[in-house]
Amino acid sequence: MTAGQSGGARAGLFNSRSRRLASDAVLLVVAIVWLGPYAWMTITSLKTLPEITRAPAYPLPQAFQLGAYREVLQAVPVMRYFVNTVFMATAIALLQIALALPAGYALAKLRFVGRSAAFVLVLSCLLIPAQVTFVPVFTMLGSVGLVNTFGALILPFGVSALGTFLVRQALLSVPDEIIEAARMDGAGELRIIYLILGPMLRPTLSALFLFSFVFHYNDYFWPLVMTTDDQVRTLPLAIALLREQGTGVRWHLVMAGNVILSLPVLLVFAAAQRQILRAVTARI
Amino acid sequence: MKPKHPLSPYLLLLPTAAFLAVFFLIPLLLAAKNSFFTWDLLTPPRYVGLRNYEVLVGSGELAGTLLRTLGYSAVVVALSGALGLALAVALDRPGPVYAFVRGAVFSAYVVSWVAVALLWMWILDAEGLFTAALRGVGLPTMSWLGDPRSALLALAAVSVWKITGYAMVIFLAGLQDIPRALHEAAALDGAGPWRRFRHVTWPLLRPSAAFVATTSLILSFQAFDVIRVMTQGGPVKATTLFVYAIYEHVFVNLRVGRASAMIVIFFSFLLLLTVLQLWALRAGAPREGRRPS
Repeated sequence: MTAGQSGGARAGLFNSRSRRLASDAVLLVVAIVWLGPYAWMTITSLKTLPEITRAPAYPLPQAFQLGAYREVLQAVPVMRYFVNTVFMATAIALLQIALALPAGYALAKLRFVGRSAAFVLVLSCLLIPAQVTFVPVFTMLGSVGLVNTFGALILPFGVSALGTFLVRQALLSVPDEIIEAARMDGAGELRIIYLILGPMLRPTLSALFLFSFVFHYNDYFWPLVMTTDDQVRTLPLAIALLREQGTGVRWHLVMAGNVILSLPVLLVFAAAQRQILRAVTARI
Repeated sequence: MKPKHPLSPYLLLLPTAAFLAVFFLIPLLLAAKNSFFTWDLLTPPRYVGLRNYEVLVGSGELAGTLLRTLGYSAVVVALSGALGLALAVALDRPGPVYAFVRGAVFSAYVVSWVAVALLWMWILDAEGLFTAALRGVGLPTMSWLGDPRSALLALAAVSVWKITGYAMVIFLAGLQDIPRALHEAAALDGAGPWRRFRHVTWPLLRPSAAFVATTSLILSFQAFDVIRVMTQGGPVKATTLFVYAIYEHVFVNLRVGRASAMIVIFFSFLLLLTVLQLWALRAGAPREGRRPS
């Protein structure tokens, strides 16, 4: 290298300034590209139909009208869909945790014949997405009369291969002595799993819960395929229908629906960003 | 550890095994079996041998669907990966402003595909913001979702917007693992920002890059929501990717056999991609192991 000490120092100075400029430029682009659409969604939802027809791209609403929200709430039983969606997503997430704990415990802590085969089996199910199984599952559930029920929405996701894997990994770092001590005290396996290890795995389990909840709250594919009945349909389906129904697209209604659909998820995300990131960046 | 009772590990695994069998493994086998039948869900299935596969290949449907899916995935993976990397490097600094902006980019990944698809339909609409902006600066515009030449690209662009935050987050996690001392040493040696990125950051980020590339490839291969909401596979099949084609065969044409053949082929590709993923991760990861000590 021919660059001497002073060259290096100069490079350092130059770097930090040009880097700051570059970062500021990136900040600006990001603000326009990623925050702009959200802003536009909200602005459109506060307009009235004549306003949109007259000047669709005008940046501000004349007055902040909540008419679109009122109309969406009247046209669609939003509350029922919302309750359906939250119920389904919560049930799936809880079921996944309830089943991942004992399975992860057996895979991480117990010695038995076929353990590595069982582990490979769980991992290989990660390869099989709902998009591959939905046709046979649909006909299977149809033959037992479960199509159009919450069973069809919840049961197929009862086991999460990813969740089982994450619980197993987390349990590997829990010392065996804790389990041995609990056994000495006469605790049964289920008691050890749910009441002693469960609370110790709280960070992993809450990451798993949030990730699974958000994923299934948002899911469009499975409820679309498995239900036709309004009683069990979920919010994403109802919001998507806002655009399909009736004459001409009334974008202020669609955007109001969009705000109603995404606001809860954005709030959950804002409150629990770290836990969600934990599950997303978990590597296998 | 020794189990308390020799049967207890099996009992603890039983519920998981039962669910996986009923909802993953048996359906996969059923799909393989159904692919040899014609079945409209109403009348009993009829055995036809390899006929479904022959039709898929012979009509060119398989090649077309595969080509479109690969094209869409290539654009999505390349652009979201590159953008995610650039954003990670630029936004990897302390401070509430940067944290907020990182959160904003990632939030698109957390919001539902339905909301994202509807929002971008409005922005790309003939009366929408994007068209108005192009017209405002005197650029030509077109019906982005209505023209077969641009529809798939428009969907890919929307998907890039949605998942760039995912790539960014993985790269940020990778950046965090790079010791600061390495950068300082390189800076003392007189390496500029680009050479530091090229010789310090990038080699250490390669495992993250392999992970991002392969996971988002598998993810974009399964694209459905954005298609169903924005284009319904049209115009003239321009956006009919694998999963949408399968969906259409079952629920529009009532051809379960044809759909099942498609599922078998689709699953084979997913397997292939996973092998690719394992290979890429192995090629990217154990660099420390090979480093001379």
